[in-house]
Amino acid sequence: MFLVPRLQQTPGWLSRPDISILRPRMHSLPPANISRPGGTVTLASEGESAGNGATPHPGAADVISTTALKKVYPGGMVAVDELSLSVRRGEIFGLLGPNGAGKSTTVGMLTTRVIPTSGSAVVNGIDVVAEPARAKQVIGVVSQANTLDQGLNVWENLYFHGRYFGMSAQASRAATNDLLERFRLADKKTAEVEALSGGMARRLMVARALLHQPAVIFLDEPTVGLDPQSRIALWEVLGELQDEGQTVLVTTHRMEEADEHCDRLAIMDHGRIKAVDTPAGLKARLGGGASVTVRADGEIEKLASQLRRAVFTTEVQVVDGHVRISLPQAEGAMQLVLAAAQAGRFRLTDLAVSCDNLETVFVKLTGKDLRE
Amino acid sequence: MTASTAGPFDTERTRSVRGASWTAFRAMLLRDFTILDKRLPQFVAGTVMQPLMLVFVLTNLFPRIGQAVGGGGGASRFSSLLMAGIVAQTIIFIGIFSVGTEMVRELGVTGEVEDRILAPTPIFVVAAEKIVSGGLQALFGAMVVFPIGAFVPSTPVYLEVRPIVLLTLTPLACVTAAALGLTMGARFSPGTASYLFGVVALPLSFLGAIFYTWPSLDAVPLLQYALLVNPLVYASEGFRAALVAGEPHLSLFVVYPAMIVSAVVFTVLGMRGLRERVLS
Ligand SMILES: Nc1ncnc2c1ncn2[C@@H]1O[C@H](COP(=O)(O)OP(=O)(O)OP(=O)(O)O)[C@@H](O)[C@H]1O
Ligand SMILES: [Mg+2]
Repeated sequence: MFLVPRLQQTPGWLSRPDISILRPRMHSLPPANISRPGGTVTLASEGESAGNGATPHPGAADVISTTALKKVYPGGMVAVDELSLSVRRGEIFGLLGPNGAGKSTTVGMLTTRVIPTSGSAVVNGIDVVAEPARAKQVIGVVSQANTLDQGLNVWENLYFHGRYFGMSAQASRAATNDLLERFRLADKKTAEVEALSGGMARRLMVARALLHQPAVIFLDEPTVGLDPQSRIALWEVLGELQDEGQTVLVTTHRMEEADEHCDRLAIMDHGRIKAVDTPAGLKARLGGGASVTVRADGEIEKLASQLRRAVFTTEVQVVDGHVRISLPQAEGAMQLVLAAAQAGRFRLTDLAVSCDNLETVFVKLTGKDLRE
Repeated sequence: MTASTAGPFDTERTRSVRGASWTAFRAMLLRDFTILDKRLPQFVAGTVMQPLMLVFVLTNLFPRIGQAVGGGGGASRFSSLLMAGIVAQTIIFIGIFSVGTEMVRELGVTGEVEDRILAPTPIFVVAAEKIVSGGLQALFGAMVVFPIGAFVPSTPVYLEVRPIVLLTLTPLACVTAAALGLTMGARFSPGTASYLFGVVALPLSFLGAIFYTWPSLDAVPLLQYALLVNPLVYASEGFRAALVAGEPHLSLFVVYPAMIVSAVVFTVLGMRGLRERVLS
């Protein structure tokens, strides 16, 4: 029920010859979970921000680019520190980071709501700091909180948004009807926005952000507070938008979502970018390892030392009656362990291999300390 | 997608800020009046009730039960001078309560002002729109209340309309009211909004030359001059000059400059206040 249907025909508001929501995607993406050999990761050293890593959209122009963007809040809190970042046309770019990392502040600066202390931010060729009012023409924003207009019903929320952005009554009406259909909200047309579920409200906010056909949409933690179905539906919508060429910048805490859906990720901490790359690239460079857990009959310590010799690593520990091994790469891990066990005539009762995921990478980069 | 099919740095497709601001401004007005239209019964009831009760008790009931009101001049004189005060008070109250509490809610509770803040226009245009729409609401309220002041009293009301004064003063009062509301709305948080009535509206109103004229305060000179900080005093006195026959009032040479200054000051404060609330 949450599947968003592809538009069957180009609706009126999109039928101007230079505009098509249906044009083929610009570049095909490699499968997300295959680590590509060319993937490079740029690790930011302290005091300098990272550039960009491999791109799934080679040659695509930057829709967002920031240079040494910095925000110091009154009181001296440095929320974003010398951030340099580029987001290319047509990609879903994820901004990841622990609480207080400066994600919302970054989005705020790019969407004119937070005034940078220094540095520059350019969105679709418009300097956001120098020309905020003009920049607002080319951005769509979905903030974390529900900011739908309570005085207006569902339909009116979209319609007036179109009018704010200079669409004619007719164009706004047509776009509103199309988007309500598309986002499965047509039967809620006349509902008050207070009556919408969290998932529906979020869908309406995404629809609203898209109505004026922005060059880029920003979503700040769009899946927080949504049930799994609504989360899946939201990512499906974003994926479809990307197929149509829409650039999306999304912040999230959810590693598995970022891994699965983002073309590139920036991992932020303390206002700085720690790494930028494709999810696969990040895992290949920073993760890529595996941890193996082994149980066996007999003397577990002996097995451990046997394994230690076999795998040439000191990362072999005995924990609660089983052996835990950290390996730099997942490939061949199982064979290695099996061979070592057989050589020592151990009878294995349990063997589990788990590959490093983005979470491991994230924790490696940002540490384990609790934030805020 | 318009922008994404455009060239990499093709910004020619963006409209001029001036043009975009004007369309956004009109669309926001349309939005405000769509909402007002939905809530018209509540708006009218809320606007009418207080002046109706006041005028009814003080100028209809009191004279009929022989309760002394209006001092030396008698009931008719009091009904006449109150008429101007009621119009002024209605305008200022709509500013504080309609615009003010709405802004408190939109800025502090729901954040629903966001869609207008992100409209392709500078923030001051959003503030200007609020002032214009609030001012029009205040004008509408004044027109609803006018007949109450004129016809509810049980004694004659001596009116003498000076059209030019009325037509120039009304917009000034309406802008001041809406801008004052915006200023208050941006300053007060949802938690403190309940003080708007007790701490702002009540003193403004009781010390606003509504139930008495400013010249009649000659007897209490200290208070008389203290009252001059209250913008409502100028509105009441101005409406007295514009509507009421034979009642001494503060000179229009004082009223006009004071009204213009308060309109400008609160407009600037309101615009600044909104900007401070929505940007960081
Ligand atoms: N208006 C503000 N005034 C002062 N400090 C602020 C303000 N907004 C944010 N901060 C501080 O700046 C830092 C970065 O905040 P920000 O909201 O950008 O982080 P975030 O990455 O979005 O975190 P979260 O995941 O919790 O949303 C935090 O330490 C926060 O306390
Ligand atoms: Mg945040």
